[in-house]
Amino acid sequence: MLSDASTPCGLGALLMSGMATVLDAADVQRALVRIAHEIVERNKGTDGLVVVGIHTRGVPLARRLAAKLSEIEGRQVPAGTLDVAMYRDDIGTRPPQATHDTELPFDLAGKVVVLVDDVLYTGRTVRAALDALTDFGRPRAIQLAVLVDRGHRELPLRADYVGKNLPTALGQAVRVQLAETDGSDGVVVEGPAEKVVAS
Amino acid sequence: MSKTLLKGGRLVDPASRTDTRADVLVDDGRVAEVGPGLDAGRAEVVDCDGLVVCPGLVDLHVHLREPGREDAETIETGSRAAALGGYTAVCPMPNTDPVADNAGVVEMVAARGREVGLVDVFPVGAVTLGQRGSELAELGAMARSAAAVDCFSDDGRPIREARLLRFALEYARAFDAVIADHAEDASLTDGAQMHEGEVSAMLGLAGWPAAAEEMVVARDLLLAELTGGRLHLCHVSTGGAVELVRAAKARGVRVTAEAAPHHFTLTDEAASSYDPVFKVNPPLREKADIEAVRLGLADGTLDAIATDHAPHAREDKEVEWATAPPGMLGLETALAVTLTELVEPGYLELATAVERLTAGPARCRRLGGHGGPVAPGAPANLAVVDPAAAWTVDRAKLASRARNTPFHGRQLRGRVVHTLLRGGFTVRDGRATR
Amino acid sequence: MDKHLLSAADLTAHDITRVLDTAAHLAKVTDRAIKKVPTLRGRTVCNLFFEDSTRTRISFELAAKRLSADVINFSAKGSSVSKGESLKDTAITLEAMGVDAIVIRHGASGAPWRLAEWVEAVVVNAGDGTHEHPTQALLDLYTIRQRFPGFDGLKVAIVGDVLHSRVARSNVLALTTMGAEVTLVAPPTLLPARVETWGVAVSYDLDAVLPKQDVVMMLRVQLERQRAGFFPSLREYARLYGLDGRRLDAMADHAIVMHPGPMNRGVEIAAEVADSLERSVIADQVANGISVRMALLYLLLGGPTEGFGEPQRGAPMGRGVA
Repeated sequence: MLSDASTPCGLGALLMSGMATVLDAADVQRALVRIAHEIVERNKGTDGLVVVGIHTRGVPLARRLAAKLSEIEGRQVPAGTLDVAMYRDDIGTRPPQATHDTELPFDLAGKVVVLVDDVLYTGRTVRAALDALTDFGRPRAIQLAVLVDRGHRELPLRADYVGKNLPTALGQAVRVQLAETDGSDGVVVEGPAEKVVAS
Repeated sequence: MSKTLLKGGRLVDPASRTDTRADVLVDDGRVAEVGPGLDAGRAEVVDCDGLVVCPGLVDLHVHLREPGREDAETIETGSRAAALGGYTAVCPMPNTDPVADNAGVVEMVAARGREVGLVDVFPVGAVTLGQRGSELAELGAMARSAAAVDCFSDDGRPIREARLLRFALEYARAFDAVIADHAEDASLTDGAQMHEGEVSAMLGLAGWPAAAEEMVVARDLLLAELTGGRLHLCHVSTGGAVELVRAAKARGVRVTAEAAPHHFTLTDEAASSYDPVFKVNPPLREKADIEAVRLGLADGTLDAIATDHAPHAREDKEVEWATAPPGMLGLETALAVTLTELVEPGYLELATAVERLTAGPARCRRLGGHGGPVAPGAPANLAVVDPAAAWTVDRAKLASRARNTPFHGRQLRGRVVHTLLRGGFTVRDGRATR
Repeated sequence: MDKHLLSAADLTAHDITRVLDTAAHLAKVTDRAIKKVPTLRGRTVCNLFFEDSTRTRISFELAAKRLSADVINFSAKGSSVSKGESLKDTAITLEAMGVDAIVIRHGASGAPWRLAEWVEAVVVNAGDGTHEHPTQALLDLYTIRQRFPGFDGLKVAIVGDVLHSRVARSNVLALTTMGAEVTLVAPPTLLPARVETWGVAVSYDLDAVLPKQDVVMMLRVQLERQRAGFFPSLREYARLYGLDGRRLDAMADHAIVMHPGPMNRGVEIAAEVADSLERSVIADQVANGISVRMALLYLLLGGPTEGFGEPQRGAPMGRGVA
């Protein structure tokens, strides 16, 4: 049975200062498999479904999800990539971010787009991704899948599929490592735990 | 008139080969006595301990812009700037509006100078009518006028025709006058913006090759030799030109030559900012040229330091390089730049530097009573200088009406404390008296 | 990168690579249905053109608009400038209007440097006199990069009136920064003084140089240069330094020909070569110009106005982001 990802873990003991691995490679893989099944269940199959990863780490996650979805349903689910550098709301306040390719090899009209990112935090990246996606077309629906939800939302946005709910302190950093970009899978939290806040 | 005792200073008077601690007593506009430990009597004592007392400086080459461009400078503001620079005599060039090519204009300029009374003004008359280079101006009328002009120049423009320069050199002999030429071959410098070299190539600015100056210097020297006339070369700026003058003097040609402080201090690199304050004619040259000018001043090949003080209205220089007129200020910084760039590093002894600023220029023209010697009976045209005073040039604080000094922000050593014109203080404690 | 883009010498190899990479991504915006991103929304870019140049001006205008910036065009003709208002006065006016960036093309070398002293806005040099044209060099490098894997050791010949060419100067700077081997080919009268200090090879013989080159960049020769005496006749110039069909054949198969445009058919380039080039080179350069200028505007205006340091990879963790 799939573990319930919405129960906040009692991580207070673990989140002292320093580094703590909160998800290992096996945990990451299991989370992705569970999310894939949840997507299929909610959308009653993968008809008209596309997966779009937000640069940078959303991209390999999206590819893995698309592969898993294709495997589950026995038919290809296309994957795309989305660069949101041009849509950020903090342009002009910090150095210009590096840009990446946006590849959406499908028409968005009538599709259900599952946006994928590694960490959901303030919600601003997702807001930028929604704006970017809308400039490409009008999907029937957009859903959001993230590996980690670390709380502290600054916008009224929520994820539809969450790998792990991870309450964190503001001063902490959540680092997602993926085999494609970092050599191995894992999620690490760094920094002092001032207080544990439920998301 | 008043009596003043300049007490305890180092008297540097090249014309009398003096460089010693001595007092100078000034009475009724003249030097009364020179020597150590003079009795003050009823004279006002001015303490000159630690200071240098020398003849008032002489500038053979300035532009006072009046008449015509009083927005850039007037005879009054220019005179004040000169006095603050330690000068008691200046020679304004004729490229005014109207051009000083007749007795009327030169007399007006000289008279205005007298009226202002801060410096003696010895106008330079134009060689050709309107400085257009085609017909000789009435040199005789100007020479015999109240302005007693003994130096003529078309400065700002070269005299293009050798034939005309020849006639000018010959004709001027009747008045024992000097022809001062601005050496530039106009066809080679057509459209030029700065010195031609590595820097101009990178900056995309058309270049003024050194040869354009040198070939005209060579021509002028040959004509001086041919005619036996008196030639003076304005603003010598290249190593090749210095070499030509040296060789000509060795042959006995009657030539004198001047160099400007910016030509022994700044290189063409200064143009990299595209700030036209560094745009000048002849242009700033390369390091080797600066070195040659310094050596030329050291060995006397170059007789005088002359500023080519060229004020321009602010808005005329706050434009793109190509549009800006060439020219830099010089009167208020010449002495300090000379001390800082030539004396301090050891190119010139102090006495030699003073010579190039006083007796040397005075030899090039008839400037009665200026340049020394500081001897009993001579008019008391004197400067008192603090050679050690450190100061930073601030263009906003200059007495000149214009602001285009290339030395803004530069730290210099040497400051004029007092200037006396015929015994009267034109500058006292670093401030103009009027 | 510096606050302004005035000279190609201001850009390091890292900067140039960054511009080209960003341009490659932004090139895709043109392929979308909505050819816009909201990045520079609310910013104002002013095209201050004292010289006619429809092509460059439109390129900058489109680049700015595709980034959602507002654009004002200030051309010298018919404006207060032609009535004698100085560059400085114009600068003050633009500053008072709160313009964020000024793209300036001017007939006087160095004008952008002076402008940068009088305004707070970002200044982009779109061509100053006979000095530089850095955005042209960047788009030329971008065009080259579309066809060649890298610049290191790439053999590039720049042929023509180098002395008066701002495109040549900027290209020499940018190409040598990226490690290319540049050869300048021109009659001696059209080469700058001390050009041997530029880190380039120099030749007066086009035929000797051509076969070994990967890129041949032809410069436009202005007709007034012949009248001014830099070379005896257009006919002789074309014969010695013009790119005709025969010379095109002598080039390596993989080699490309570029020209900043507009072309003087029959002078530096034979009519039939120009016509065959039109489609391949010029069309690319126009499209590339927009992408490169978009990248530049993004990199210059997308950060805090005091200039910035190293780029950050991806979205960093921390407040105000993910």
